Amino acid sequence: MIAYWAILSARFRALLQYRAAAAAGFGTQLFWGLIRVMIFGAFYQSSNAVQPMSYQDVVSYVWLGQAMILLVLFRPDVEVQEMIRSGTVAYEMLRPLDVYLVWFTRAVAMRTAPVLLRAVPMFIVAGLLLGLKAPASPQAACLWALSTAMAVLLSAAIGTLMTVSMLWTIAGDGIGRLVPAATFILSGMIVPLPLFPDWAQPVLNFLPFRGLADVPFRLYTGHIAPAEGVAALAHQLAWTVALIALGRWLLVRGMRRLVVQGG
Amino acid sequence: MLDSICVYCRYVSISIRSQMQYKASFVMMTVGHLLTTAIEFLALWALFARFGSLRGWTLAEVALFYGMINVAFAVAEAVARGFDTFPAMVKSGEFDRLLLRPRSTVLQVAARELQLMRVGRLVQGLVVLLWAAAALDVTWTMQKVVLAVATVLAGTCLFYGLFVLQATVAFWTIESLEIMNTVTYGGVETAQYPLVIYRPWFRRFFTFVVPLACVNYFPVLAILDRPDPLGAPIALQWIAPAGGFVFLFLCLQGWKIGVRHYRSTGS
Repeated sequence: MIAYWAILSARFRALLQYRAAAAAGFGTQLFWGLIRVMIFGAFYQSSNAVQPMSYQDVVSYVWLGQAMILLVLFRPDVEVQEMIRSGTVAYEMLRPLDVYLVWFTRAVAMRTAPVLLRAVPMFIVAGLLLGLKAPASPQAACLWALSTAMAVLLSAAIGTLMTVSMLWTIAGDGIGRLVPAATFILSGMIVPLPLFPDWAQPVLNFLPFRGLADVPFRLYTGHIAPAEGVAALAHQLAWTVALIALGRWLLVRGMRRLVVQGG
Repeated sequence: MLDSICVYCRYVSISIRSQMQYKASFVMMTVGHLLTTAIEFLALWALFARFGSLRGWTLAEVALFYGMINVAFAVAEAVARGFDTFPAMVKSGEFDRLLLRPRSTVLQVAARELQLMRVGRLVQGLVVLLWAAAALDVTWTMQKVVLAVATVLAGTCLFYGLFVLQATVAFWTIESLEIMNTVTYGGVETAQYPLVIYRPWFRRFFTFVVPLACVNYFPVLAILDRPDPLGAPIALQWIAPAGGFVFLFLCLQGWKIGVRHYRSTGS
Protein backbone atom coordinates (compact mmCIF):
# COMPACT_ATOMS: atom_id res chain seq x y z
CA MET A 1 0.00 0.00 0.00
CA ILE A 2 2.82 2.37 0.91
CA ALA A 3 4.41 1.73 -2.48
CA TYR A 4 1.28 2.76 -4.37
CA TRP A 5 0.90 5.82 -2.18
CA ALA A 6 4.50 6.76 -3.00
CA ILE A 7 3.82 6.39 -6.73
CA LEU A 8 0.71 8.52 -6.42
CA SER A 9 2.38 11.32 -4.51
CA ALA A 10 5.50 11.30 -6.71
CA ARG A 11 3.46 11.47 -9.92
CA PHE A 12 1.18 14.09 -8.37
CA ARG A 13 4.10 16.34 -7.51
CA ALA A 14 5.73 15.78 -10.89
CA LEU A 15 2.55 16.71 -12.74
CA LEU A 16 2.07 19.76 -10.55
CA GLN A 17 5.16 21.23 -12.22
CA TYR A 18 3.40 21.81 -15.55
CA ARG A 19 2.06 25.20 -14.55
CA ALA A 20 2.81 27.03 -17.79
CA ALA A 21 0.82 24.43 -19.73
CA ALA A 22 -2.01 24.80 -17.24
CA ALA A 23 -1.99 28.58 -17.65
CA ALA A 24 -2.16 28.28 -21.44
CA GLY A 25 -4.89 25.68 -21.12
CA PHE A 26 -6.80 27.95 -18.78
CA GLY A 27 -6.90 30.72 -21.37
CA THR A 28 -8.17 28.33 -24.03
CA GLN A 29 -10.78 26.89 -21.70
CA LEU A 30 -12.00 30.33 -20.73
CA PHE A 31 -12.50 31.23 -24.36
CA TRP A 32 -14.22 27.94 -25.08
CA GLY A 33 -16.56 28.37 -22.15
CA LEU A 34 -17.50 31.87 -23.31
CA ILE A 35 -18.42 30.58 -26.77
CA ARG A 36 -20.51 27.75 -25.31
CA VAL A 37 -22.34 30.06 -22.91
CA MET A 38 -23.19 32.49 -25.72
CA ILE A 39 -24.42 29.68 -27.98
CA PHE A 40 -26.63 28.23 -25.26
CA GLY A 41 -27.88 31.73 -24.46
CA ALA A 42 -28.96 32.17 -28.08
CA PHE A 43 -30.71 28.81 -28.11
CA TYR A 44 -32.57 29.59 -24.91
CA GLN A 45 -33.76 32.89 -26.39
CA SER A 46 -35.17 31.01 -29.38
CA SER A 47 -37.78 28.94 -27.61
CA ASN A 48 -40.40 29.65 -25.01
CA ALA A 49 -40.98 25.98 -24.25
CA VAL A 50 -39.99 24.78 -20.79
CA GLN A 51 -36.62 23.08 -21.10
CA PRO A 52 -35.44 20.13 -19.01
CA MET A 53 -32.77 22.38 -17.54
CA SER A 54 -32.80 26.09 -16.72
CA TYR A 55 -30.43 28.46 -18.52
CA GLN A 56 -28.77 29.34 -15.23
CA ASP A 57 -28.06 25.65 -14.57
CA VAL A 58 -26.62 25.27 -18.08
CA VAL A 59 -24.24 28.18 -17.50
CA SER A 60 -22.94 26.60 -14.29
CA TYR A 61 -22.77 23.23 -16.07
CA VAL A 62 -20.63 24.71 -18.87
CA TRP A 63 -18.17 26.32 -16.46
CA LEU A 64 -17.92 23.20 -14.32
CA GLY A 65 -17.19 21.36 -17.56
CA GLN A 66 -14.39 23.77 -18.44
CA ALA A 67 -12.95 23.48 -14.92
CA MET A 68 -12.99 19.68 -14.88
CA ILE A 69 -12.27 19.13 -18.58
CA LEU A 70 -9.19 16.99 -17.98
CA LEU A 71 -11.27 14.36 -16.20
CA VAL A 72 -12.90 13.69 -19.53
CA LEU A 73 -10.41 14.75 -22.15
CA PHE A 74 -7.79 12.13 -21.61
CA ARG A 75 -5.20 10.24 -23.50
CA PRO A 76 -3.71 6.86 -22.67
CA ASP A 77 -0.72 7.04 -20.36
CA VAL A 78 1.99 8.13 -22.78
CA GLU A 79 4.84 6.72 -20.72
CA VAL A 80 3.24 3.30 -20.41
CA GLN A 81 2.42 3.40 -24.12
CA GLU A 82 6.08 4.04 -24.82
CA MET A 83 7.05 1.14 -22.53
CA ILE A 84 4.77 -1.19 -24.48
CA ARG A 85 6.17 0.02 -27.76
CA SER A 86 9.80 -0.30 -26.71
CA GLY A 87 9.40 -3.53 -24.75
CA THR A 88 10.52 -2.13 -21.40
CA VAL A 89 7.05 -3.04 -20.17
CA ALA A 90 8.71 -6.35 -19.26
CA TYR A 91 10.35 -4.57 -16.32
CA GLU A 92 6.91 -3.67 -15.03
CA MET A 93 6.19 -7.36 -14.67
CA LEU A 94 9.36 -7.99 -12.69
CA ARG A 95 8.52 -5.58 -9.91
CA PRO A 96 6.94 -7.00 -6.77
CA LEU A 97 3.88 -4.86 -7.39
CA ASP A 98 0.52 -5.39 -8.99
CA VAL A 99 0.91 -3.98 -12.52
CA TYR A 100 -2.74 -2.99 -12.82
CA LEU A 101 -2.63 -1.08 -9.55
CA VAL A 102 0.56 0.71 -10.56
CA TRP A 103 -0.99 1.86 -13.83
CA PHE A 104 -4.25 2.73 -12.12
CA THR A 105 -2.40 4.79 -9.51
CA ARG A 106 -0.56 6.65 -12.26
CA ALA A 107 -3.91 7.30 -13.92
CA VAL A 108 -5.34 8.69 -10.68
CA ALA A 109 -2.37 11.07 -10.35
CA MET A 110 -2.90 12.16 -13.97
CA ARG A 111 -6.49 13.06 -13.10
CA THR A 112 -5.86 14.99 -9.92
CA ALA A 113 -2.83 17.29 -10.24
CA PRO A 114 -3.56 18.71 -13.74
CA VAL A 115 -7.28 18.93 -12.98
CA LEU A 116 -6.61 20.86 -9.77
CA LEU A 117 -4.26 23.25 -11.57
CA ARG A 118 -7.01 24.20 -13.98
CA ALA A 119 -10.07 23.87 -11.78
CA VAL A 120 -8.99 26.26 -9.02
CA PRO A 121 -8.47 29.33 -11.23
CA MET A 122 -11.55 28.46 -13.27
CA PHE A 123 -13.75 28.32 -10.18
CA ILE A 124 -12.44 31.69 -9.04
CA VAL A 125 -12.81 33.48 -12.39
CA ALA A 126 -16.07 31.84 -13.49
CA GLY A 127 -17.53 32.09 -10.00
CA LEU A 128 -16.78 35.80 -9.61
CA LEU A 129 -17.31 37.04 -13.14
CA LEU A 130 -18.97 34.59 -15.45
CA GLY A 131 -22.09 33.28 -13.81
CA LEU A 132 -20.98 30.05 -12.16
CA LYS A 133 -23.30 29.81 -9.18
CA ALA A 134 -22.40 28.32 -5.78
CA PRO A 135 -23.66 24.77 -5.08
CA ALA A 136 -27.43 24.60 -4.65
CA SER A 137 -27.29 23.57 -0.98
CA PRO A 138 -24.80 22.20 1.58
CA GLN A 139 -26.04 18.66 0.81
CA ALA A 140 -25.58 19.32 -2.91
CA ALA A 141 -22.02 20.49 -2.22
CA CYS A 142 -21.21 17.33 -0.23
CA LEU A 143 -22.70 15.06 -2.87
CA TRP A 144 -20.84 16.95 -5.59
CA ALA A 145 -17.53 16.49 -3.77
CA LEU A 146 -18.16 12.77 -3.29
CA SER A 147 -19.30 12.36 -6.85
CA THR A 148 -16.27 14.22 -8.18
CA ALA A 149 -13.98 11.87 -6.25
CA MET A 150 -15.87 8.96 -7.81
CA ALA A 151 -15.51 10.59 -11.21
CA VAL A 152 -11.72 10.65 -10.72
CA LEU A 153 -11.71 6.90 -10.04
CA LEU A 154 -14.09 6.19 -12.92
CA SER A 155 -11.98 8.28 -15.27
CA ALA A 156 -8.84 6.47 -14.09
CA ALA A 157 -10.56 3.11 -14.67
CA ILE A 158 -11.48 4.04 -18.25
CA GLY A 159 -8.01 5.46 -18.86
CA THR A 160 -6.29 2.34 -17.54
CA LEU A 161 -8.53 0.20 -19.70
CA MET A 162 -7.35 2.19 -22.70
CA THR A 163 -3.75 1.78 -21.61
CA VAL A 164 -4.21 -1.98 -21.24
CA SER A 165 -5.73 -2.14 -24.71
CA MET A 166 -2.39 -0.86 -26.05
CA LEU A 167 -1.03 -4.34 -25.38
CA TRP A 168 -3.05 -5.43 -28.40
CA THR A 169 -2.94 -2.44 -30.70
CA ILE A 170 0.64 -1.29 -29.92
CA ALA A 171 0.32 1.98 -31.79
CA GLY A 172 -2.98 2.79 -30.15
CA ASP A 173 -3.63 5.75 -32.42
CA GLY A 174 -7.11 4.57 -33.33
CA ILE A 175 -8.37 3.85 -29.83
CA GLY A 176 -6.50 6.83 -28.49
CA ARG A 177 -8.66 9.02 -30.70
CA LEU A 178 -12.00 7.30 -30.80
CA VAL A 179 -12.57 6.71 -27.11
CA PRO A 180 -11.97 10.32 -26.04
CA ALA A 181 -14.24 11.60 -28.81
CA ALA A 182 -17.10 9.33 -27.77
CA THR A 183 -16.50 10.02 -24.09
CA PHE A 184 -16.57 13.74 -24.70
CA ILE A 185 -20.08 13.88 -26.06
CA LEU A 186 -21.53 11.05 -23.93
CA SER A 187 -20.36 12.63 -20.68
CA GLY A 188 -22.15 15.90 -21.38
CA MET A 189 -19.09 18.04 -22.10
CA ILE A 190 -20.45 19.34 -25.42
CA VAL A 191 -24.17 19.48 -24.68
CA PRO A 192 -25.60 18.89 -21.18
CA LEU A 193 -27.09 15.41 -21.25
CA PRO A 194 -30.64 16.44 -20.22
CA LEU A 195 -30.85 18.52 -23.43
CA PHE A 196 -30.43 15.48 -25.68
CA PRO A 197 -33.64 14.08 -27.20
CA ASP A 198 -35.89 12.21 -24.79
CA TRP A 199 -35.51 8.89 -26.60
CA ALA A 200 -31.74 9.04 -26.05
CA GLN A 201 -32.04 9.52 -22.30
CA PRO A 202 -32.30 5.83 -21.23
CA VAL A 203 -29.12 5.01 -23.17
CA LEU A 204 -27.23 8.01 -21.79
CA ASN A 205 -28.39 7.16 -18.29
CA PHE A 206 -27.19 3.60 -18.58
CA LEU A 207 -23.71 4.28 -20.02
CA PRO A 208 -20.82 4.93 -17.61
CA PHE A 209 -19.77 8.21 -19.21
CA ARG A 210 -22.29 10.45 -17.48
CA GLY A 211 -20.50 9.62 -14.22
CA LEU A 212 -17.48 11.62 -15.45
CA ALA A 213 -19.16 14.99 -15.77
CA ASP A 214 -22.93 15.06 -15.98
CA VAL A 215 -23.62 13.43 -12.59
CA PRO A 216 -21.30 15.61 -10.48
CA PHE A 217 -22.37 18.78 -12.32
CA ARG A 218 -26.07 18.14 -11.87
CA LEU A 219 -25.59 17.28 -8.21
CA TYR A 220 -23.78 20.62 -7.88
CA THR A 221 -26.58 22.65 -9.43
CA GLY A 222 -29.25 20.63 -7.64
CA HIS A 223 -30.69 19.41 -10.95
CA ILE A 224 -30.37 15.94 -9.46
CA ALA A 225 -32.07 16.36 -6.08
CA PRO A 226 -29.95 15.29 -3.08
CA ALA A 227 -32.52 12.54 -2.41
CA GLU A 228 -31.62 10.90 -5.72
CA GLY A 229 -27.92 11.51 -5.17
CA VAL A 230 -27.25 8.12 -3.63
CA ALA A 231 -28.57 6.31 -6.70
CA ALA A 232 -26.36 8.47 -8.92
CA LEU A 233 -23.29 7.71 -6.79
CA ALA A 234 -24.14 3.99 -6.89
CA HIS A 235 -24.24 4.15 -10.69
CA GLN A 236 -20.74 5.66 -10.73
CA LEU A 237 -19.44 3.10 -8.24
CA ALA A 238 -20.91 0.12 -10.07
CA TRP A 239 -19.33 1.15 -13.35
CA THR A 240 -15.98 1.92 -11.72
CA VAL A 241 -15.85 -1.54 -10.15
CA ALA A 242 -16.95 -3.20 -13.39
CA LEU A 243 -14.37 -1.36 -15.50
CA ILE A 244 -11.57 -2.07 -13.01
CA ALA A 245 -12.49 -5.77 -13.09
CA LEU A 246 -12.52 -5.73 -16.88
CA GLY A 247 -9.17 -3.94 -17.00
CA ARG A 248 -7.55 -6.42 -14.62
CA TRP A 249 -8.87 -9.39 -16.56
CA LEU A 250 -7.65 -7.96 -19.88
CA LEU A 251 -4.26 -7.14 -18.40
CA VAL A 252 -3.74 -10.72 -17.20
CA ARG A 253 -4.64 -12.02 -20.64
CA GLY A 254 -2.52 -9.42 -22.37
CA MET A 255 0.52 -10.14 -20.25
CA ARG A 256 0.21 -13.85 -20.93
CA ARG A 257 0.44 -13.37 -24.68
CA LEU A 258 2.88 -10.50 -24.53
CA VAL A 259 5.82 -10.84 -26.84
CA VAL A 260 8.61 -8.40 -26.16
CA GLN A 261 10.65 -7.46 -29.18
CA GLY A 262 14.26 -8.06 -28.31
CA GLY A 263 16.99 -5.53 -28.67
CA MET B 1 7.99 30.70 -59.88
CA LEU B 2 7.20 27.59 -61.93
CA ASP B 3 10.35 26.05 -60.60
CA SER B 4 9.21 26.73 -57.02
CA ILE B 5 5.90 25.02 -57.67
CA CYS B 6 7.76 21.95 -58.96
CA VAL B 7 9.88 21.85 -55.82
CA TYR B 8 6.78 22.20 -53.69
CA CYS B 9 5.10 19.32 -55.51
CA ARG B 10 8.17 17.14 -55.03
CA TYR B 11 8.20 17.83 -51.29
CA VAL B 12 4.49 17.14 -50.98
CA SER B 13 4.63 13.90 -52.92
CA ILE B 14 7.42 12.69 -50.64
CA SER B 15 5.34 13.60 -47.59
CA ILE B 16 2.31 11.74 -48.96
CA ARG B 17 4.33 8.67 -49.81
CA SER B 18 5.86 8.56 -46.35
CA GLN B 19 2.39 8.70 -44.76
CA MET B 20 1.22 5.93 -47.04
CA GLN B 21 3.85 3.64 -45.59
CA TYR B 22 1.60 3.18 -42.57
CA LYS B 23 -1.72 2.55 -44.30
CA ALA B 24 -3.59 0.97 -41.39
CA SER B 25 -2.53 3.76 -39.09
CA PHE B 26 -3.54 6.34 -41.70
CA VAL B 27 -6.98 4.81 -42.15
CA MET B 28 -7.60 4.62 -38.41
CA MET B 29 -6.44 8.19 -37.83
CA THR B 30 -8.59 9.49 -40.67
CA VAL B 31 -11.69 7.61 -39.55
CA GLY B 32 -11.02 8.75 -35.99
CA HIS B 33 -10.70 12.33 -37.17
CA LEU B 34 -13.91 12.04 -39.18
CA LEU B 35 -15.87 10.69 -36.23
CA THR B 36 -14.43 13.26 -33.82
CA THR B 37 -15.61 16.11 -36.00
CA ALA B 38 -18.90 14.38 -36.86
CA ILE B 39 -19.69 14.23 -33.15
CA GLU B 40 -19.74 18.01 -33.08
CA PHE B 41 -22.41 18.08 -35.73
CA LEU B 42 -24.37 15.51 -33.77
CA ALA B 43 -24.37 17.91 -30.81
CA LEU B 44 -25.57 20.73 -33.07
CA TRP B 45 -28.37 18.54 -34.35
CA ALA B 46 -29.37 17.58 -30.80
CA LEU B 47 -29.66 21.24 -29.84
CA PHE B 48 -31.89 21.97 -32.82
CA ALA B 49 -34.02 18.92 -31.96
CA ARG B 50 -34.49 20.42 -28.49
CA PHE B 51 -34.93 24.12 -29.30
CA GLY B 52 -36.36 24.08 -32.84
CA SER B 53 -34.40 27.07 -34.14
CA LEU B 54 -31.55 29.35 -33.25
CA ARG B 55 -32.96 32.87 -33.07
CA GLY B 56 -34.78 32.34 -36.35
CA TRP B 57 -31.98 30.41 -38.08
CA THR B 58 -32.83 26.89 -39.21
CA LEU B 59 -30.61 23.82 -38.92
CA ALA B 60 -29.97 23.83 -42.69
CA GLU B 61 -28.84 27.46 -42.58
CA VAL B 62 -26.50 26.88 -39.67
CA ALA B 63 -25.25 23.73 -41.43
CA LEU B 64 -24.15 25.94 -44.34
CA PHE B 65 -22.02 28.05 -41.97
CA TYR B 66 -20.76 24.86 -40.36
CA GLY B 67 -19.91 23.05 -43.59
CA MET B 68 -18.13 25.96 -45.25
CA ILE B 69 -15.90 26.79 -42.31
CA ASN B 70 -15.03 23.16 -41.67
CA VAL B 71 -14.05 22.51 -45.27
CA ALA B 72 -11.91 25.65 -45.29
CA PHE B 73 -10.27 24.75 -42.00
CA ALA B 74 -9.62 21.12 -42.98
CA VAL B 75 -7.73 22.20 -46.10
CA ALA B 76 -5.75 24.83 -44.17
CA GLU B 77 -4.91 22.35 -41.43
CA ALA B 78 -3.63 19.84 -43.97
CA VAL B 79 -1.48 22.21 -46.04
CA ALA B 80 -0.26 24.47 -43.21
CA ARG B 81 0.90 21.59 -41.02
CA GLY B 82 4.51 22.63 -41.63
CA PHE B 83 3.82 25.96 -39.91
CA ASP B 84 1.84 24.29 -37.15
CA THR B 85 4.86 22.24 -36.09
CA PHE B 86 7.33 25.01 -36.87
CA PRO B 87 8.17 26.10 -33.28
CA ALA B 88 9.92 22.75 -32.77
CA MET B 89 12.22 23.67 -35.69
CA VAL B 90 13.19 26.93 -34.05
CA LYS B 91 13.80 25.21 -30.76
CA SER B 92 16.09 22.57 -32.27
CA GLY B 93 17.92 25.06 -34.46
CA GLU B 94 16.89 23.11 -37.52
CA PHE B 95 15.68 26.31 -39.17
CA ASP B 96 19.32 27.30 -39.77
CA ARG B 97 19.56 24.69 -42.47
CA LEU B 98 16.55 26.09 -44.31
CA LEU B 99 18.17 29.51 -44.44
CA LEU B 100 21.13 28.07 -46.30
CA ARG B 101 19.08 26.66 -49.14
CA PRO B 102 18.39 28.76 -52.25
CA ARG B 103 14.63 28.73 -51.90
CA SER B 104 12.21 30.90 -49.91
CA THR B 105 11.65 29.93 -46.28
CA VAL B 106 7.87 30.04 -46.72
CA LEU B 107 8.07 27.43 -49.44
CA GLN B 108 10.34 25.15 -47.47
CA VAL B 109 8.37 25.34 -44.24
CA ALA B 110 5.03 24.96 -46.01
CA ALA B 111 6.21 21.95 -47.98
CA ARG B 112 7.53 20.01 -44.98
CA GLU B 113 4.34 18.11 -44.51
CA LEU B 114 0.91 17.71 -46.01
CA GLN B 115 -1.20 16.03 -43.40
CA LEU B 116 -3.52 13.65 -45.20
CA MET B 117 -5.36 12.65 -42.04
CA ARG B 118 -7.29 15.94 -42.20
CA VAL B 119 -9.32 14.39 -44.99
CA GLY B 120 -11.51 13.21 -42.10
CA ARG B 121 -12.75 16.71 -41.28
CA LEU B 122 -12.87 17.59 -44.96
CA VAL B 123 -15.22 14.72 -45.80
CA GLN B 124 -17.42 15.45 -42.81
CA GLY B 125 -17.58 19.16 -43.68
CA LEU B 126 -18.34 18.42 -47.33
CA VAL B 127 -21.18 16.05 -46.41
CA VAL B 128 -22.75 18.67 -44.15
CA LEU B 129 -22.18 21.37 -46.78
CA LEU B 130 -23.79 19.35 -49.58
CA TRP B 131 -26.70 18.38 -47.38
CA ALA B 132 -27.24 22.02 -46.45
CA ALA B 133 -26.98 23.13 -50.08
CA ALA B 134 -29.67 20.63 -51.06
CA ALA B 135 -31.94 21.16 -48.05
CA LEU B 136 -31.92 24.95 -48.31
CA ASP B 137 -34.39 26.83 -50.43
CA VAL B 138 -31.65 28.58 -52.35
CA THR B 139 -31.44 28.89 -56.12
CA TRP B 140 -27.81 28.15 -56.85
CA THR B 141 -26.99 30.68 -59.54
CA MET B 142 -23.55 30.81 -61.12
CA GLN B 143 -22.66 33.87 -59.05
CA LYS B 144 -23.55 32.14 -55.82
CA VAL B 145 -21.51 29.05 -56.63
CA VAL B 146 -18.53 31.25 -57.43
CA LEU B 147 -19.06 33.16 -54.19
CA ALA B 148 -19.26 29.91 -52.22
CA VAL B 149 -16.02 28.59 -53.71
CA ALA B 150 -14.30 31.94 -53.18
CA THR B 151 -15.49 31.98 -49.59
CA VAL B 152 -14.06 28.55 -48.86
CA LEU B 153 -10.76 29.52 -50.50
CA ALA B 154 -10.68 32.75 -48.53
CA GLY B 155 -11.40 30.82 -45.35
CA THR B 156 -8.50 28.50 -46.09
CA CYS B 157 -6.26 31.53 -46.62
CA LEU B 158 -7.39 33.08 -43.35
CA PHE B 159 -6.62 29.98 -41.32
CA TYR B 160 -3.38 29.52 -43.23
CA GLY B 161 -2.52 33.06 -42.24
CA LEU B 162 -3.26 32.27 -38.60
CA PHE B 163 -0.97 29.25 -38.71
CA VAL B 164 1.77 31.39 -40.28
CA LEU B 165 1.22 33.97 -37.56
CA GLN B 166 1.48 31.31 -34.88
CA ALA B 167 4.75 30.12 -36.39
CA THR B 168 6.03 33.70 -36.71
CA VAL B 169 5.49 34.34 -33.01
CA ALA B 170 7.85 31.44 -32.32
CA PHE B 171 10.77 33.51 -33.70
CA TRP B 172 10.50 35.53 -30.52
CA THR B 173 9.04 33.10 -27.99
CA ILE B 174 10.81 29.91 -29.20
CA GLU B 175 7.85 28.08 -27.67
CA SER B 176 4.63 27.30 -29.43
CA LEU B 177 1.93 29.67 -28.20
CA GLU B 178 -1.03 27.54 -27.23
CA ILE B 179 -3.24 30.54 -26.77
CA MET B 180 -3.31 30.85 -30.57
CA ASN B 181 -5.55 27.79 -30.54
CA THR B 182 -8.34 30.05 -29.42
CA VAL B 183 -8.37 31.80 -32.80
CA THR B 184 -7.72 28.71 -34.93
CA TYR B 185 -9.73 25.90 -33.34
CA GLY B 186 -11.82 28.41 -31.40
CA GLY B 187 -12.39 30.31 -34.64
CA VAL B 188 -13.85 27.25 -36.33
CA GLU B 189 -16.05 26.58 -33.32
CA THR B 190 -17.24 30.20 -33.40
CA ALA B 191 -17.91 30.37 -37.12
CA GLN B 192 -20.02 27.24 -37.11
CA TYR B 193 -22.83 29.50 -35.91
CA PRO B 194 -23.99 32.81 -37.41
CA LEU B 195 -21.88 35.55 -35.84
CA VAL B 196 -24.92 37.61 -34.92
CA ILE B 197 -25.74 35.33 -31.95
CA TYR B 198 -22.60 36.42 -30.09
CA ARG B 199 -22.04 39.44 -27.88
CA PRO B 200 -20.90 42.68 -29.57
CA TRP B 201 -17.27 42.70 -28.30
CA PHE B 202 -16.85 39.12 -29.46
CA ARG B 203 -18.32 39.89 -32.90
CA ARG B 204 -16.03 42.89 -33.26
CA PHE B 205 -12.99 40.79 -32.43
CA PHE B 206 -13.83 38.25 -35.13
CA THR B 207 -14.64 40.95 -37.67
CA PHE B 208 -11.88 43.52 -37.25
CA VAL B 209 -8.99 41.73 -35.51
CA VAL B 210 -9.33 38.26 -37.01
CA PRO B 211 -11.60 38.81 -40.02
CA LEU B 212 -13.46 35.53 -39.65
CA ALA B 213 -16.76 37.24 -40.49
CA CYS B 214 -15.41 38.06 -43.96
CA VAL B 215 -14.88 34.43 -44.87
CA ASN B 216 -18.03 33.04 -43.38
CA TYR B 217 -20.76 35.25 -41.98
CA PHE B 218 -21.04 37.98 -44.64
CA PRO B 219 -20.78 35.83 -47.79
CA VAL B 220 -23.08 33.14 -46.39
CA LEU B 221 -25.68 35.85 -45.77
CA ALA B 222 -25.41 36.78 -49.45
CA ILE B 223 -25.87 33.14 -50.45
CA LEU B 224 -28.91 32.83 -48.21
CA ASP B 225 -30.31 36.16 -49.48
CA ARG B 226 -30.75 37.31 -45.91
CA PRO B 227 -30.31 40.94 -44.97
CA ASP B 228 -27.74 41.34 -42.24
CA PRO B 229 -29.45 41.85 -38.87
CA LEU B 230 -26.43 44.00 -38.01
CA GLY B 231 -26.90 46.18 -41.10
CA ALA B 232 -23.93 45.37 -43.33
CA PRO B 233 -24.70 46.37 -46.95
CA ILE B 234 -25.18 43.68 -49.64
CA ALA B 235 -22.13 44.86 -51.60
CA LEU B 236 -19.94 44.23 -48.59
CA GLN B 237 -21.31 40.72 -48.25
CA TRP B 238 -20.18 39.97 -51.81
CA ILE B 239 -16.68 41.39 -51.60
CA ALA B 240 -16.01 40.28 -48.02
CA PRO B 241 -14.01 37.12 -48.93
CA ALA B 242 -11.23 39.42 -50.17
CA GLY B 243 -10.52 39.98 -46.48
CA GLY B 244 -9.24 36.41 -46.14
CA PHE B 245 -6.71 36.85 -48.94
CA VAL B 246 -5.54 40.20 -47.58
CA PHE B 247 -5.12 38.64 -44.15
CA LEU B 248 -2.85 35.92 -45.50
CA PHE B 249 -0.81 38.50 -47.39
CA LEU B 250 -0.30 40.53 -44.21
CA CYS B 251 0.68 37.42 -42.24
CA LEU B 252 3.28 36.52 -44.83
CA GLN B 253 4.73 40.04 -44.52
CA GLY B 254 4.89 39.44 -40.79
CA TRP B 255 6.73 36.19 -41.42
CA LYS B 256 9.40 38.06 -43.41
CA ILE B 257 9.96 40.40 -40.47
CA GLY B 258 10.17 37.36 -38.20
CA VAL B 259 12.82 35.68 -40.36
CA ARG B 260 14.90 38.84 -40.19
CA HIS B 261 14.72 38.73 -36.40
CA TYR B 262 15.61 35.07 -36.20
CA ARG B 263 18.43 34.24 -33.86
CA SER B 264 19.44 30.62 -33.85
CA THR B 265 19.15 28.74 -30.59
CA GLY B 266 22.38 27.17 -31.79
CA SER B 267 22.08 23.82 -30.11
